[in-house]
Amino acid sequence: MLAWTIYISFIGAAILMLRPKASARTARVVALVASVATLALVIIATIRFTPGELLTITKVPWIPSLGIEYHLAVDGISLVVLLLTGIVGVAGVLFSWNVEKRAAEFFAFYLVLIGAVYGVFLSFDLFLFFVFYELAIIPKYFLIAIWGSTRREYAAMKLALYSFAGSAMVLIGIIATLVETGGKTLNLVELARYPFPLHFEMWVFPLVFVGFAILAGMWPFHTWAPTGHVAAPTAASMLLAGVIMKLGAYGCLRVAMMLFPAGMGAWSFHVLGLSSWRNLFAVLALIGIVYGASVALVQRDFKFVIGYSSVSHMGFVLLGLMTLTQTGLGGAVVQMFSHAVIASLLFAVVGRMVYDRTHTRFLNELAPMRLAHAIPFAAFTFVIAAMASIGLPGFSGFIAEFEIIIGTWQAWPVLAVLAAVGILIGIGFTWRAMDKAFFGGGATAEPQPAAPHAALPPITIPEKIGALILIASTVVVGVYPRLLLDLILPALNSPLFDGLRKGAWR
Amino acid sequence: MNHFPWLSALTLVPIAGACLALLAGKRRGAARAIAAASALGSLAITIYLWSAFNTASGAMQFEELHAWIPALGVQYHLAIDGLGLLMVVLSAIVVLISIASSWSREEHGGLYFAMVLFLQAGLFGTFTALNFIHWFFFWELSLIPAFLLIRLWGGAARARAANQFFIYTMVGSIALLLAFLALYLATGRFDFLDLAQLSQQGQLVPALAQNLHWGGLSGSSIAECIFWAAFAGFAVKVPILPLHTWLPSAYAEAPSGTTILLTGAMSKMGLYGLLRVLVPIFPQQMQHWLTLLLWLAVASIVWSALVAWIQTDIKRMFAYSSINHLGYCTLGIFVVLKLAGDQINRAAAMNGVFLQMFNHALTASLLFWFVAMLEKRSGGLHGLNDFGGLRKVVPVLCGTMGIAVFSSLGLPGLNGFPGEFLIFKGVFPLVPWAAAVSLLGLLFTAVFFLVFLERVFYGPVNQRWAAMPDLSLGERLALLPAIGLMFVLGLYPQLIVGAMNSTVMKILSQVRF
Amino acid sequence: MIPATAFNLLRYALPEVIVAVTGLAALTVDLAFTQGRRNSVRWAAAGLTACAGCVAAILVLLLRPLPGALADGMLVVTPLTQMVQVVLVAFTILVALLAVNSDFTHHIGEYLGVILFATAGMMVLVSTQNLLVIFASLELLSLSLYILTAFDKRSPRSSEAALKYFLFGGMAASFFLFGISLLYGLSGSIELGEVAAAVTSHPITPLLAVAMVMIVTGFGFKVAAAPFHLWTPDAYQGGPTPSAGLVASSSKIASFFVFAIVMALGLSAEAGALHPSTATWTPLLVIVATLSLVIGNLAALAQTSFRRLLAYSAIGHAGYMLLGILANNANGLRALVYYVITYALATLGAFGVLAALEKEGVDQIRDLAGLARRAPFLSFCLLVFLLSLAGIPPLSGFFGKFYVFSAAYFADSGLLWLVCLAIAMSVVSLYYYLRVLKQVYVRDSEGEPIATPLLTRIVVGFMALLVVAFGCFPGLLLNWIGSALATIPH
Repeated sequence: MLAWTIYISFIGAAILMLRPKASARTARVVALVASVATLALVIIATIRFTPGELLTITKVPWIPSLGIEYHLAVDGISLVVLLLTGIVGVAGVLFSWNVEKRAAEFFAFYLVLIGAVYGVFLSFDLFLFFVFYELAIIPKYFLIAIWGSTRREYAAMKLALYSFAGSAMVLIGIIATLVETGGKTLNLVELARYPFPLHFEMWVFPLVFVGFAILAGMWPFHTWAPTGHVAAPTAASMLLAGVIMKLGAYGCLRVAMMLFPAGMGAWSFHVLGLSSWRNLFAVLALIGIVYGASVALVQRDFKFVIGYSSVSHMGFVLLGLMTLTQTGLGGAVVQMFSHAVIASLLFAVVGRMVYDRTHTRFLNELAPMRLAHAIPFAAFTFVIAAMASIGLPGFSGFIAEFEIIIGTWQAWPVLAVLAAVGILIGIGFTWRAMDKAFFGGGATAEPQPAAPHAALPPITIPEKIGALILIASTVVVGVYPRLLLDLILPALNSPLFDGLRKGAWR
Repeated sequence: MNHFPWLSALTLVPIAGACLALLAGKRRGAARAIAAASALGSLAITIYLWSAFNTASGAMQFEELHAWIPALGVQYHLAIDGLGLLMVVLSAIVVLISIASSWSREEHGGLYFAMVLFLQAGLFGTFTALNFIHWFFFWELSLIPAFLLIRLWGGAARARAANQFFIYTMVGSIALLLAFLALYLATGRFDFLDLAQLSQQGQLVPALAQNLHWGGLSGSSIAECIFWAAFAGFAVKVPILPLHTWLPSAYAEAPSGTTILLTGAMSKMGLYGLLRVLVPIFPQQMQHWLTLLLWLAVASIVWSALVAWIQTDIKRMFAYSSINHLGYCTLGIFVVLKLAGDQINRAAAMNGVFLQMFNHALTASLLFWFVAMLEKRSGGLHGLNDFGGLRKVVPVLCGTMGIAVFSSLGLPGLNGFPGEFLIFKGVFPLVPWAAAVSLLGLLFTAVFFLVFLERVFYGPVNQRWAAMPDLSLGERLALLPAIGLMFVLGLYPQLIVGAMNSTVMKILSQVRF
Repeated sequence: MIPATAFNLLRYALPEVIVAVTGLAALTVDLAFTQGRRNSVRWAAAGLTACAGCVAAILVLLLRPLPGALADGMLVVTPLTQMVQVVLVAFTILVALLAVNSDFTHHIGEYLGVILFATAGMMVLVSTQNLLVIFASLELLSLSLYILTAFDKRSPRSSEAALKYFLFGGMAASFFLFGISLLYGLSGSIELGEVAAAVTSHPITPLLAVAMVMIVTGFGFKVAAAPFHLWTPDAYQGGPTPSAGLVASSSKIASFFVFAIVMALGLSAEAGALHPSTATWTPLLVIVATLSLVIGNLAALAQTSFRRLLAYSAIGHAGYMLLGILANNANGLRALVYYVITYALATLGAFGVLAALEKEGVDQIRDLAGLARRAPFLSFCLLVFLLSLAGIPPLSGFFGKFYVFSAAYFADSGLLWLVCLAIAMSVVSLYYYLRVLKQVYVRDSEGEPIATPLLTRIVVGFMALLVVAFGCFPGLLLNWIGSALATIPH
């Protein structure tokens, strides 16, 4: 049944592609129906799911000569990322309700992207995984290049090339795996069991990990993220930050770490105090956390603040993955969900609610507008999102970052402290942006007369619904994280992750 | 534990009320009615709890325990002892007073009342939760509405005040979070009671030494680091010198209804934390630093009274007086750790602390309520020199407010007296110098309140306010129970002391090892 | 060995004969019956003749008895050659259908005739294991292509391109001939199997090395591999669109196929069998592949002309395909054939789109601006073709790359660095393909909608469909290649 998430998205896209002249109204209704249907499927599947199992959906030979199968399956971790895709997907359509320019094409690309992401999260064949993974690149490019804003063509190209470079590294890893196993199978379940030689894992693991981590915004390969997020239209920013970055993180976990756990073992030498790839990547993740937050602190463009905050928050995901503790890994997956929801909410506020009304994103220009009074709902939403983003308890971000810090502590106490510093800086930049953008903090001019912002159009119903969906998601998970943890932890304890557990599990 | 989950209900009532108030939106009357109904409902539940509470036992009662995040050992653990009971009752009263004071402020719409109720939910949650994560959740939950209340409805300098408030409390929260993270990493527990038990059994320091390796620090040094981090978190909230600098501007800029919440209830969160967390879990560390802690408390008392003296703004003056009164509480709490002392004196101090917490909540809330009335009548003014001779113009207002001022001053017969008296009765034999210096604070308090009375009530009538209306019937009726309670507690403190006694004994037992 | 009687010769060479005769027929139809009519009628008549002949040739190909070898390997018919020939003829049909709507020439019969002669040359080229026949058919092919390139007499560029093509081609042919003579001198034979037996029986000699260099030079020219690529951009840019399409597609298929056969069967293997060991010519091809990958892809970055961009991309793709030859085993051959067929489809598709835009005078990339608004269908097809060339799944170009890379790495793990280089270069290639697509989809233009002939749209759409289908279901093509390969001993 879950396979239909892919098919429905693609069918929706095909309908829109075949009728490029369809009215904007038709286009968004089609997109909404498709995305809501997929979300419903995911929710039903989640309810029916028995934690800990690996549910095979489809498994048919595809290219028998290379042992490639069309193999779709889910475990608890896939379900979490599927859920976030569904939620962000629906919210993205709602926040694109005002797209009039080439609307049919817009939603067609949008649905292709969503479908491809579903495909990645459902694939249990490495080749199929990669096919969907690359399929997601092109719609991203067009969504940004055609419907974007600031330096859109540059940002789109940068994003496409970074993604493609990352997937090129992954491709090398896949080919090497195929050759190493004798070309018999690329089934993830089989590969997770396959005894790769240590030297093989030692070079394939970093290659594949970095390949995926580029998309997850790992420092120093993160530079596509802020420019891409800023240039993208609202829905695409939401998908980029919310879902695409998760593709990378999911790939890191599902492919790099699950298949090549021994690659994280210690080297026989030390460089700068680092003695394994795991150490190196943990340090890079940490730099991402602190660097992203620090840069966000000095941005003048509201969207850049959010863009860099994504880098910082994704750093937590990678750090959590590298802890190799159950707490840290669980936290990383929860953080994937949490960041998806929160970042898309932030981008929705900045891109749709604010920018589409004020036509500026510069904090200094927003400050005199006193948006908290002009569009109180936007201010309300942003305050909630900001609170969730800085990790206040009661929101999903808290439990995720908390678990990650605990896990990090168990692995490297010093990094845990530094990550906590990152959180502090995060509070700082979120605070600054919120204060300037909505409450007129730091504005030298007196509040302008009511006339200019009285003219701001009110927040529309689709925006409100979208915002409430996202807020509800982060609050529900924040209040009752077991919803996700009960899916994630049994999956982490399943035989698929035996390799990881044997290695450095604590 | 198959009783009705009263404590969950207590937290849920204001949340539900807040959601309804949000839905009411711009229909102010409806929102106000919902808020009042919700606050009364909460008060009713707390009164039920008080009546059903077994005062003979110092143990946790009305316990609710469910698994929440098993992976992290986080439980949904609610229960109250006498301390928690006192806190929920006073929160319910304070919130009611706050709503009453905002009753006719036109700018306070549905969102305002929703925020007040959310804050109340945070208070109830904080005072009933016994698992750190769960507790922290509510601790922070109270922060957001408080921030927004100041930020959106505050006075001219609200931006700065709100930010300062938020940053201070946030830093404090993070210190707390890190402290408990460290405890969790060492012991695998988040539950206050479990941690306290570990500490009683002397296993906490060895566990810290064994599981945390901080550059070769010994277990007891680590414990001290953790203690100070947690202390900072609570001290900001109370506040204790020198972490108090956020308070005057926050109290002054916040709308008076919010100031009531801040001083009446939120400051008690800090004291509650000291009693519930620090005293049971870190008694040794507190003892080790006792002299310093006592100095901090004494400094809070004396310094704030002095500074209150020179204020020209009524709200700021009352704000500093709040620091002063809470200083007595902290003094009483710290003195309990003076092991050499007599058990009776320590019990007296502890009982005094309980009384003082409740009384300060009541008195300070009332004072700010009166400020709110003055603001309403004067169009928002609250300078010390903006008024004058009000006694002649609005005698009833001045009379009732005078009762509150004298209660705050510690006049025998009113509720302020027994608490302070008991604290001093306990402190004198235990730490005479602290009591002696603190008496200075008492003196200055009398002075600045008299200054207040002189400037505002007496003197020539400020002609601007010659036509100021006196208390309306509704206001009088609303004030009546509160004033009555002041007299009742002043004359019959046993009402609280009796209910708290077993809890006091339990706390004392926790510092005897 | 089947006796080389006239009957047998006719029986086995019938498809080639049919194609050659069809060429004459198309010429005759045009000259004798439709002279003086409107161009569209002439194109229709001659084109119909050509297509009918090609369909007949395909039918005959499919019915021809298999396998067979005549006259010392002069004509070797195996399921594999049959398959490649079918593909070649099919491509000729596509090219002819694309040409039907063009108006660059009045010599319609001649144009189609030469295309068919070129096809005949290619068909012979792929079904022989005799060096001399290879040379002769290669020359037939080349000469036809020179003519086709020069066919647009109104355009000086066309003539210039043809001249360059011819000069380089002539030189390459002489190198190739020289190489063959050296091989003959070394082995005393011009039959691939015997040559292989002679040259692999003892260590490599300087003379053999020279011969290999010469042979590789000759083929390198045909497949547009660097550093023998200099003619390519001009031929792609200057020649009439269908001619360039032919040069880029079926000529590529035939040349690569025979290149692989010669290298595998003639210069490295035990007599007549594919041999999996590393061949002595590996370093040579590694150099050529590396140069092609780097020069082709990097030079493509700087192009402003769409056709020149396609030319440099072709050079880059030659580099990828050389990896298939370097694998030097059945797997590599299979990957190569898959790759070259799907590549030819995508390239010809791109030229088909260009052919449909002939009247717009599209040459520079920026001339494509806003095409998506003016011709949405063609733009979508172009998107499919270019993304396939870039290697984006699920299009066939992706699987081709994947298969070629894994085949090369499988065969020789020492080729890993080259595989990595190729993959890195495919990242570069995405940039320039996206530059084109950016113009098509992102930029706006005020132009009117472009009317394209239905036939062109059908042909282009069909090719796009195949590119998608072969990508989503590589088995369609792979099984065919695989079953054909299975009959070759290895």
